[in-house]
Amino acid sequence: MKQKLVIIGAGMSSGRLIETLVDTNPDAFDITLFNAEPRGNYNRLMLSPVLSGEKTYEEIVTHDDAFYATHGVTCRFGEKVTEIDRAAKVVTGENGPVRYDKLVIGTGSEPVIIPLPGHDLEGVIAYRDLEDTQRMMAMGEGRRVVVIGGGLLGLEAAAGMAARGAAVTVVHLMGHLMERQLDEAAGYLLKKSLEGKGITVRLSANSKEIVGENGRVKALRLDDGTELPCDLLVMAVGIRPNIALGKAAGLAVGRGIHVDDQMVTSDPDILSIGECVEHRDAIFGLVAPLYEQAKVAAQTLLGREAAFVQKSLSTKLKVTGCDLFSAGDFADGEGREDIVFRDPSRGVYKRLVIEGDRLIGVVMYGDTSDGSWFFGLIRDGTSIDDMRETLIFGPAFQGGTQLDPLSAVAVLPSEAEICGCNGVCKGTIVEAIAAGATDLGAVRARTKASASCGTCTGLVEQLMQVTLGDDFQMPTAQPICGCCDLTHEDVRRLIKTKELKSQPAVWQELGWKTVNGCHVCRPAVNFYLLADWPLDYVDDPQSRFVNERKHANIQKDGTFSVVPRMWGGITTADELRAIADAADKYNVPTVKVTGGQRIDLLGVKGEDLPYIWADLNRAGLVSGHAYSKGLRTVKTCVGTDHCRFGTQDSTGLGIKLEQALWGSWTPHKVKLAVSGCPRNCAEATCKDVGIVCVDSGYQVGVGGAAGMDVKETERLLDVTTEGEAIAVTIAFVQLYRENAKYLDRPYKWLAKVGLDWVRDHIMDANERQRLIDAFELSQSIYRKDPWAEHAARPRAYTHLADLTLEAAE
Amino acid sequence: MSWIDIAAVDDIPERGARVVKTPVGCIALFRTGAEEVFAASNSCAHKGGPLADGIVHGQKVTCPLHNWVFDLNTGQAVGEDARIATYPVRIEAGRVLLDGMAVDDRSAA
Repeated sequence: MKQKLVIIGAGMSSGRLIETLVDTNPDAFDITLFNAEPRGNYNRLMLSPVLSGEKTYEEIVTHDDAFYATHGVTCRFGEKVTEIDRAAKVVTGENGPVRYDKLVIGTGSEPVIIPLPGHDLEGVIAYRDLEDTQRMMAMGEGRRVVVIGGGLLGLEAAAGMAARGAAVTVVHLMGHLMERQLDEAAGYLLKKSLEGKGITVRLSANSKEIVGENGRVKALRLDDGTELPCDLLVMAVGIRPNIALGKAAGLAVGRGIHVDDQMVTSDPDILSIGECVEHRDAIFGLVAPLYEQAKVAAQTLLGREAAFVQKSLSTKLKVTGCDLFSAGDFADGEGREDIVFRDPSRGVYKRLVIEGDRLIGVVMYGDTSDGSWFFGLIRDGTSIDDMRETLIFGPAFQGGTQLDPLSAVAVLPSEAEICGCNGVCKGTIVEAIAAGATDLGAVRARTKASASCGTCTGLVEQLMQVTLGDDFQMPTAQPICGCCDLTHEDVRRLIKTKELKSQPAVWQELGWKTVNGCHVCRPAVNFYLLADWPLDYVDDPQSRFVNERKHANIQKDGTFSVVPRMWGGITTADELRAIADAADKYNVPTVKVTGGQRIDLLGVKGEDLPYIWADLNRAGLVSGHAYSKGLRTVKTCVGTDHCRFGTQDSTGLGIKLEQALWGSWTPHKVKLAVSGCPRNCAEATCKDVGIVCVDSGYQVGVGGAAGMDVKETERLLDVTTEGEAIAVTIAFVQLYRENAKYLDRPYKWLAKVGLDWVRDHIMDANERQRLIDAFELSQSIYRKDPWAEHAARPRAYTHLADLTLEAAE
Repeated sequence: MSWIDIAAVDDIPERGARVVKTPVGCIALFRTGAEEVFAASNSCAHKGGPLADGIVHGQKVTCPLHNWVFDLNTGQAVGEDARIATYPVRIEAGRVLLDGMAVDDRSAA
C-alpha cells in the first residue's frame, strides 16, 4: 500500500523532491502538495528576468498541471496550512485535514519587513513572489519607485524596474552595495554601473518613516530629513527562514527548523528542506544546496542511505547587465594574502584571497570569464605555488611566456590613439620625441599628450622608452606609497579631472594595488576628497590619524591633551574658571600655556574626553583643533585697543580671521598671526600667514616657518582695508587646500609652485572670488565644533567590554 | 574553547577597532571588513602604543605612536623582529565572540 506523503510548500526544493521521488519509485507515495500561493512550482530565481521583461511567467514554470496529473499529485494550491497535529499525524489546511505517514516541510523563507512607521501602507511591498513581481511590472515610464536594500534582491528589483522606464532610487544602509558578497571596490563599480542605467543610489542612508496619503505610500523619509517621493516602495532588506508552522508543531528550531544529515527534523516522520531549515548552524539561500537537500530527502523517504554535506559555493551574481562573481571565503580566515588586479579603463576588478599555497576566495567584477576556473581551484584545493605570479591573469596565462608591456606598445600602429583627452596618436608623439622632446614635460608641452587627465602617462613613458632606448631615464617621482604608482600631485589632479568622489573610486580608477590603502595614503586621499568635493564626500574617521579621529592629541603614555579655542588669544574670567574647574574635576596633571596663546590640559584619560568637552562646551568653549591638519591659532597683539604704537585693530582682525577659518581642514597645520605694528609682537613674520598692520593698511605675508625650518614670510600683497586682508587670507588658504601635497606646510608648497603663481591667482578678481566661494562652501560643512558632536556619544571613547569584572566574581 | 559574546559587529567601525579589558590585559578587536574581525593585544611591541587607536588597513594595523605595522593574522611586526599576541575570535549571527579560555590568566599561563 502506498504511504501518504504530505508536502507543505511548492518551492524550488520541493519541486526537485517530487521529481526525484516519482523518477526513482513512482509507486512509493501518494503525494499531497500544499502551496499558499495559488500556483505550483516555478523557478523563483527567474523572477528577475520576468520583471525586466526578458522572460514571461509561463517560461519559468518548472512543473505544470499536466505533470501533477500524470504523477497523481493532489494539489491544494492557494490554501494555507493552519496546523500540524503530530500525535494524530494530521495536517489541517484551510479547506480541511489530511492524514500523513511522512511529512515534508518546505515553507521556505519570508521577507524581512522593517517595522518603519507606514510599512503597512498600500503600495509597500516585498520582492518574493509572482504577485510582487507583477506589481513592479506595472511601474513604467513616469513612475517613481524607492527600493530599500542594496543587496542582490533589491538591486534585481531596481534594475528590472529601471529597464521598464521607472525612475528608481535604491536606499542602502551600508557604505557600499552588496556588502556581504562584495568588497568596497567591487561595490563601487557596481554602483557606477547602476547609475549608468539611470538608477539613483543612496548609500549610508537610514530610512526613518514611510509617508502616506489616503492610505497609499507617497514618499520615504530618511533620518536626515530627505524625502524621496514614490508610487511604489519595495522592501528588499533580506529574508529569514519561515519556521512558524514547524515551531507551532513543537519541532526543534533555531534560526531555522533543525534537521540532521538525512534532512529529518526532531520528529522522525517529519523532514524539512529548503530555505526554512538549519543544518549544522547554517541556513541556506542559494539554489544548489537546496537541490542537494531535496535529493537527500527523497532518498531518506525511500529508505535509502544518503547524507547532506555542505559544500563551498560560488555565486555568479547576476544583477541585470552587471558582471559579478564571488566564490569561497573572502571575508574570514587567518593567514591570508590578497592579490588585487584593477583595470580602470575597462572597469575591471579582481581580488584573489590566498591561504598558504591554496586559493580560498575570489571576488570579480567586470570580467568574470575565469570565475569557474578559479572556483575549481578553490573547490579542489589545488596548490597554486607554481602559478602564483600570473594566477590573477587566469588560465590562458598559465604556462605561457611572459608578456612584455613594452613590446605591446612597440607594435601599436602609428595612428593608434595614445591620449584620448587631446586626441594625440602614437605617430605624433614619436615625431616629437625624435625632434628632441626627451622627457615627459617636453612631450606634454609639444603634443599635449598626457597633459589633461594623465591616465595615459604610463603609455607615453613606455613609448619614450621604446623610442629612445637606453637614453631614456624613467622619471623617479615618488609615488605616495607602495599602494600605488602615482605621486600626490597626480592623485590630486586625477581626483579633480576624473571627478572621483569616494575612496573606493580612487582605489579603483587609479589602480591601487592594495585592498584599501595604508596608513600613508589613506589620510592623504581622505583629505584630497574632502577638500575637492566637500558636499559629496563624507569625511572618513577611520582614515585619520588618531589625533584627528579623537579630536585630541595622543601623548606618549596614551593619554590625551585638551586645548580649548581662545579666539585671537582673548579669554575671560568665566572661561578661565571653567578651565580650572575642568582641570580639578578630571585630575589633569599638567596645565600649560601654549605658544599659540591658549591653555593646554595635558594627561586627560581617553574615556574622560567626551565629559571634559561637555563641561567646557557649557562654558562656551569649543575645540581649538590643536590636533589637526587645519587652522590652529591666530596669534595677536593688543593693537589699537591698548597699545600706544598700534596702527590697526590687530586683535579684532585676528578674531575675525579665526572665526572665518576655524574648523577647516588643510594639507598640514596652518598658523596665523596679526601684529598691530612693525614691532611685530605677535611674531607674524614666521607664520603660514602673517599680517603686519601699518598706518596705510595691512601687509599680508605668507610661507613663514618656525619649526624644523625657520623662514621669514614673503610679502604676498599689501592691502588697504580689513575686509581685503581677510579676503586675501581666505583665498590663499583655499588655493593651498586645493593644490598642495598632503603634509606640505605652505612654505614647502610655495617653494614648488612659486610665489608669483600664487600671487597671479589671488590678484585675479574672478579667481579670488571663486576661491573665497569654494572655501565658504566647504566651511558650510566643516565650520562646527567637533567636541559638541563627540561629547554626545561617550560610548565610542570607552572600552567595548570588561571581562576582568566577570573573572573576579 | 568557550566563546564569550562581546558585542555586535557593528559596534566596531569598519576599518576601525575597539578595546576589551580582559584578565590578560587590554585586547583590541580590529574590524578589517564588513564580516571580518581580528583580536590582538592592544599594546604595541615597541613602546606600548594603543593599537586600537591606529589606522587599520587590509589585515594590518599601524601603531599611532611610531608607525610600526602589525599583521593581524599572526601578530608579526612588519620588518621588525617582534610580535604581539593574537586571540581566537569569530563572528556568529552579527555578534563578535572571543575565546574565554585564551583570555583567562589562569589558563593562559
